[in-house]
Amino acid sequence: MTDAATAQDLAAVWLTLKLASVVTMLLLIIGTPIAWWLARTRSRLKGVVGAIVALPLVLPPTVIGFYLLITMGPHGPVGRLTEALGLGVLPFTFGGLVVASVFYSLPFVVQPIQNAFEAIGERPLEVASTLRAGPWDTFWSVAVPLARPGFLSGAILGFAHTVGEFGVVLMIGGNIPEKTRVVSVQIYDHVEALEYTQAHWLAGGMVLFSFAVLLTLYTLNPSQRART
Amino acid sequence: MSAADSRIRARLRIARADFSLDVDLDLPGHGITALFGHSGSGKTTCLRAIAGLERAADGYVALGDEIWQDESRGLFVPPHRRALGVVFQEASLFAHLSVRRNLEFGQRRAPAEQQHFSLPEVAELLGIGHLLERGPGSLSGGERQRAAIARALLAGPRILLMDEPLAALDLRRKREILPYLERLHRELSIPVIYVSHAPDEVARLADHLVLLDAGRAIASGPLNSVLSRIDLPAAFADDAGVVLDTVIDGHEEDHLSRLRFPGGQIWVSQRPEPVGTPLRCRIHARNVSLALIPQHHTSILNCVSATVVDLAATSTPGQLLVRLDCAGEPLLARITERSAKRLEIRPGLALRAQIKSVALLD
Repeated sequence: MTDAATAQDLAAVWLTLKLASVVTMLLLIIGTPIAWWLARTRSRLKGVVGAIVALPLVLPPTVIGFYLLITMGPHGPVGRLTEALGLGVLPFTFGGLVVASVFYSLPFVVQPIQNAFEAIGERPLEVASTLRAGPWDTFWSVAVPLARPGFLSGAILGFAHTVGEFGVVLMIGGNIPEKTRVVSVQIYDHVEALEYTQAHWLAGGMVLFSFAVLLTLYTLNPSQRART
Repeated sequence: MSAADSRIRARLRIARADFSLDVDLDLPGHGITALFGHSGSGKTTCLRAIAGLERAADGYVALGDEIWQDESRGLFVPPHRRALGVVFQEASLFAHLSVRRNLEFGQRRAPAEQQHFSLPEVAELLGIGHLLERGPGSLSGGERQRAAIARALLAGPRILLMDEPLAALDLRRKREILPYLERLHRELSIPVIYVSHAPDEVARLADHLVLLDAGRAIASGPLNSVLSRIDLPAAFADDAGVVLDTVIDGHEEDHLSRLRFPGGQIWVSQRPEPVGTPLRCRIHARNVSLALIPQHHTSILNCVSATVVDLAATSTPGQLLVRLDCAGEPLLARITERSAKRLEIRPGLALRAQIKSVALLD
């Protein structure tokens, strides 16, 4: 009984790390252009897009989970598309969890990167353009390196936030061992089953992990902010 | 490439709610051209439009035979495709790169055939050879600005645009960097456009001067021919004065140095430079007085023969500006209307100009 539970715990930990890694990677790819656009645009749509990106910060996870469930389900638009593409429907799969987590953690990645891009200002980009660097070149050789602290914060926060999510996972992923049962759900199960010892191990681990993440963030960032 | 090939033509019209620019400039393809004006006169906007950092809705910009902007044909070459270097007010070195990598940034991207300098040459020219491996954060303001100039030169520019490069520096740093600018002036074959609101910098560095006021170019020409105009608006006339290009002719025993210029000799406090060194001085109109006969009973040392060209009223009631010709060199004197009447100052009159003080530009 105890051994089986430990194996399940480890599976949940492994699944959680895998999910967080995939989601963080995707968020950096998706979030960077959004952050760049938000930092640079003068479009009136900036407010709208910014608000949409920030929605997960204020909405209860169950609301996001509920709508994602409907959209990605067999009768939703995304669900029909994925079925037509031969991918099946996403809810209650690992893929579904990834999609949901990307939505849910988006602001945690976009906002630090956007702030870092904004902090660079116009000047270094102008300087690069007078030194014969085109826009794409400037982005990679000036903007990204100068925004490095923002990328670091974004990646760490995105990863940590994905590890810590519960509501959305439960709505979209359910509770399938080795497929969608992540640590936070596993803890919930343990508590429901009054297995407090196991719950302690995992919950204590989460506390330590989260503390370590935030400590890294706060010790790394101040030194990076010293700019000329 | 001859100087005629790099003449700068810039016809720019920009209309904004609070500001408008409307200039048509034809600038020489050599030496330093200063765009001088007070804040809000449009000098920086002008420079940015020439660089392509701002796009004038109605504009034509060309460097020699290279057309950078021609809105009548919808042509606009973005800055990174223009062979130019820009030095901004604050040095803006890339904080994530060492000084050397900063210098290499433009050099790597410029076509080899457009590069006139090597990195060691430029580093030597600007005295930053010992700073190459340092990060920008550990440099002083003056060192950063010198590195920024070096970086711009290494990008293979056909023209160097400088936007108040000394304005963010304190007096000591300015003094530290000015000799390097003068050195560039002597050794650089490409034209420089230098934006400034500091009359001393302009007097010291410029060969050609454009005066900007409220978005219009109100005068443009060789430095002294613009400086000696007596019909300029009050904002410029109050600080009127000319520059004299002199050469140190000798050092005398009583701690004075003798300077020679086509119109005669002037004496200044002992200079450290050796005989033969060119020295530019500025003579303010308010420091020049006039006398009909040579004065021997006066403490004023510097006295040259001159002829009155013309005179004009200033914005200060009762004060006149008198333009003099001093063996071909212009000189301005600011005197009272009463003195002008008493001495019967009129065009053609030969007299003595007494120079109360000479500003040496350092």
